[in-house]
Amino acid sequence: MKEDAGVRNEREFPSGRSGQGVGARLPRKEDDRLMRGRGQYVADIRLAGLRDVAFVRSPLAHARIRSIHVPERYRSSVFTAADLVGVKPIRAVSGLPGFKISEQPVLATGKVRQVGELVAMCVAPTRAEAEDIAASVMLDLEELPAVYDMLKARQPGSTLVHEHWGDNVFLETNYEVDISAALDAPIKVTREISTARQCMSPLEGRGVVATFDRRLDQLTLHSAAQMPHITRSGLAECLNMEEGQIRVISPDVGGGFGHKGILLPEEVCLSWLTMQCGYPVRWTEDRREHLVASSNCREHHYKITVYADRDGTLRGIDCEATVDSGAYSSYPFSACLEAAQVASILPGPYKMPAYRCRTFSVATNKCPILPYRGVARTGVCFALELMLDLVAEEAGLEPGEVRLRNLVRPEQMPFDNITKKHFDSGDYPEAMRRALAAINIDAIRARQRQGDAAGRRVGVGVSIYCEQAAHGTSVYSGWGIPMVPGHEQASARLTPDGGLELRVGVHSHGQGMETTLAQVAHEILGIDVANIRIVLGDTAMTPYSTGTWGSRSMVMAGGAVATACRELGERARRIGAKLLQHDPASVVLQNGEVRGVNGSVGLKAIAYTWYRRPQDLPADVDPGGLEVTQGYKPVRDSGTFSYAAHAAVVAVDPDLGEVEILDYVIVEDGGVLVNPLVVDGQIYGGLAQGIGTALYEEMPFDASGQPLATTLADYLLPGATEVPAARLDHMETPSPYTQFGVKGIGEGGAIAPPAAIANAVNDALRPLGVELMQSPITPHRVVAAVLAARAAERSAA
Amino acid sequence: MKPAPFAYERPRDLNVALSMLAAGSGSAKIIAGGQSLGPMLNLRLVQPELIVDISGIAELKRAEVSGNELVLGALVTHADIEDGRIADVTRGAMRAVAANIAYRAVRNRGTIGGSLSHADPAADWISALSALGARLTLRSFSGTRAMAIEAFVTGALESALHAGEIVEAIHVPARAASAHWGYAKSCRKTGEFAHAIGAALIDPAAGSARIVIGAIDAAPIVVSDAAELFGGRITADYKQRFDVRVADALLVKAGIDDTAQRHIHVGVLRRAVQEAAA
Repeated sequence: MKEDAGVRNEREFPSGRSGQGVGARLPRKEDDRLMRGRGQYVADIRLAGLRDVAFVRSPLAHARIRSIHVPERYRSSVFTAADLVGVKPIRAVSGLPGFKISEQPVLATGKVRQVGELVAMCVAPTRAEAEDIAASVMLDLEELPAVYDMLKARQPGSTLVHEHWGDNVFLETNYEVDISAALDAPIKVTREISTARQCMSPLEGRGVVATFDRRLDQLTLHSAAQMPHITRSGLAECLNMEEGQIRVISPDVGGGFGHKGILLPEEVCLSWLTMQCGYPVRWTEDRREHLVASSNCREHHYKITVYADRDGTLRGIDCEATVDSGAYSSYPFSACLEAAQVASILPGPYKMPAYRCRTFSVATNKCPILPYRGVARTGVCFALELMLDLVAEEAGLEPGEVRLRNLVRPEQMPFDNITKKHFDSGDYPEAMRRALAAINIDAIRARQRQGDAAGRRVGVGVSIYCEQAAHGTSVYSGWGIPMVPGHEQASARLTPDGGLELRVGVHSHGQGMETTLAQVAHEILGIDVANIRIVLGDTAMTPYSTGTWGSRSMVMAGGAVATACRELGERARRIGAKLLQHDPASVVLQNGEVRGVNGSVGLKAIAYTWYRRPQDLPADVDPGGLEVTQGYKPVRDSGTFSYAAHAAVVAVDPDLGEVEILDYVIVEDGGVLVNPLVVDGQIYGGLAQGIGTALYEEMPFDASGQPLATTLADYLLPGATEVPAARLDHMETPSPYTQFGVKGIGEGGAIAPPAAIANAVNDALRPLGVELMQSPITPHRVVAAVLAARAAERSAA
Repeated sequence: MKPAPFAYERPRDLNVALSMLAAGSGSAKIIAGGQSLGPMLNLRLVQPELIVDISGIAELKRAEVSGNELVLGALVTHADIEDGRIADVTRGAMRAVAANIAYRAVRNRGTIGGSLSHADPAADWISALSALGARLTLRSFSGTRAMAIEAFVTGALESALHAGEIVEAIHVPARAASAHWGYAKSCRKTGEFAHAIGAALIDPAAGSARIVIGAIDAAPIVVSDAAELFGGRITADYKQRFDVRVADALLVKAGIDDTAQRHIHVGVLRRAVQEAAA
């Protein structure tokens, strides 16, 4: 709830005085449209002759396709793999040694490997009629045993998802730094910890409208996507087209979280179909398709040992992590990003001399896993932070104290941790101290000693994490996946009336970039944010970009906008000098004006002269003009490290298993905040999703690989009444490597809550001998653990 | 998620509706508030040939006190009850139950008759009204019949309704001045279907008690003579006499093997008993 951000900015950034620049708590420009229901999403697009598509999807998790029977009367409305001649399967490879490649046919051929896999495409004037046709298509399937448990899938003799692999492991990685040095530690705690499979559940699902323009010889794909340029590259590869023949437009997008960062087989199918049939076609993902068919996330399993000295000092971590990657490698992030990343990020902001981590990305008969807000960090934070509470218990220390003894200290910055992650800046212990003070840990302990009359038990838990964001070429080149971020580009164009158009290749689907990027431009050029338009989400109108993922947009696109605006400002300054008849060296650009000793000329007049009255310009004016595209990378591209300490107080009813969050504190350091209001929104939203991971969200499967939560009545999402009014505190340690010292913060809110809440629940129930090591913490799991602990106590007595 | 094609009728008269249902010979479905049937249609879990929308039938919206009971038409909404727009003979019991059904948007449209007909074990009315001792009038083209709710609900999503038959009215007996009422449920989140429901109508003066354990994967367990749950007799100290072992045994008998699930059900019933008040 920091209200003094503007004060700081008055000191550091001149434009802070205008209340519009970097650091201003500006309401979002796009909300005027979005909050009035005037946004335009894919499903709002109406094209003449538009037809709807429904898919026939596999009802089985694993089966051989014997035949597909299409009723005679629908022959011309139904398309199967046999029709899609020349269309290539989706291949998302990784260059990491040993990675096994999966080929995902856009319509199934030979086998189906997950429930919901696309088998046939049905087109009709309306979705309802298309679904009628889909219902009439009969599949003759030979059911095969399903691979539904990633740990069993690793065992020899398991049924194979991809027979020619010989096993079910996309990739195994091993990382070690002298684990033998930790083995004699006096404290050694070993546990198995797991997080449930989840669905990302943006308010808007996926959606595709495809059409082909014969005049331009161009396919236009409207798609609810985070990474339109990457989608275009993937489409071009699958369809054997030139990239210039494809235009991808992502209009307003209602939340992404990673779910919209994948090339969909549906996108390839509809692109093919519109080119085949000549009319525009649409597919809108429904909630059941979202839950069971397209992508899941988060399913991790850890077997982890933490070694420590008696005083709680960490000696080392030894971990074996398994991630259920589903049937196919998703484009462009691949099937191994999640698991292999665990090895490098598990140690987080803690110092330790020894470390070993083995990871497995396992193929199963489930839909592909995608990186979800926080990516592997939510699971990693859950595993490590739960273990640190057990170390605290062994050492007889407050959990917060164990963190304080092991966190990297501010004087050690910049800091390379044991996996060579380069921490740019920050004061982690201070964040933890502030969180402990804000949650009032001493008062909670006193309250616990008194007991609770209602029979509920109160507990407090903390967690802390680091969020590497905007990591670039040096990090991603090693992955060898279809996408490596390079210089981020932005185009800046002064319009004849002195307005500014900014074109960026990232997309905004809730991040507020139409506001924050304008603030960055205002900071440089002094143009009123009301006169700055941000163009994004269209490959034809924006520079190439890997898009919005990895909390990178404010750092990368913000940096690119700043760089482009500086160059634009420089050009305007030189023109302005001519108009003022000054030596260019003697004028400056300040607050939207070029100023010299004898006067000033505004950007508006400069732009008007350049475009509309060129006769007023001298003959030797710089011909470069008032439109520039510039590329940007931070000084170091190994990523910014934002972080936060979370603290939760919960009340647990051991009889009913109900968990209520009584208080929640977040102390966050995202470097310099371009717009603290937007950052607060990001944190609240992330917290809601983190609470979902902690207490509600779970996609279970039965032994035949059937997903069991097929509607939102079964797949529970937190609502307004489940999300507490969290108290936020901001620290602002600038990154030394980025424009303005900003850091990426988009994902952090979703990383720490499961760990903080689970630690609080375990703190509440520890006197009962209960320990919960699995998310989500459901009433049934709580009660089962309480009963098991009671039974164990009885048998011990 | 679009429904399969169906024909749609919205008659204004109950007899017309009943004749349509009779002619539909089992492939017709009744819709009232549509809060359960709507999603089921969209998911194609049901594919009726005909939907008879009864929401325009005025006589099913009536609610009146008749003698010692309240007679509610099937179309009375949860919100009608929550807001006190209809008479109450349960001294607030029904109003409190109604106020905690799902979300307000559901309560605005969802009807008491629809909820009972759907017979979802996790819904509130089949448990609450069983505890209150309510009876139903069922009507078809060929006549009417009446039965207690516990006889009406035959299983999860299963009722005694015949093809072409409709829940016409619900008869709720007045709650005695000496009768204590307790109702508790546990939901994963606000507005969600319950995973455990406990209802208790206990009259220490009369020495009688009706106990319901609901939200199991079957019809609610209705114990109309619940003395065994209180050590054999109902007395003023019933809260202390509540025997969790007997409640657990009822759940075992109902086929619930999972001990944690039973523990939660017993805990919720105990809460209903503990919170019961005149």
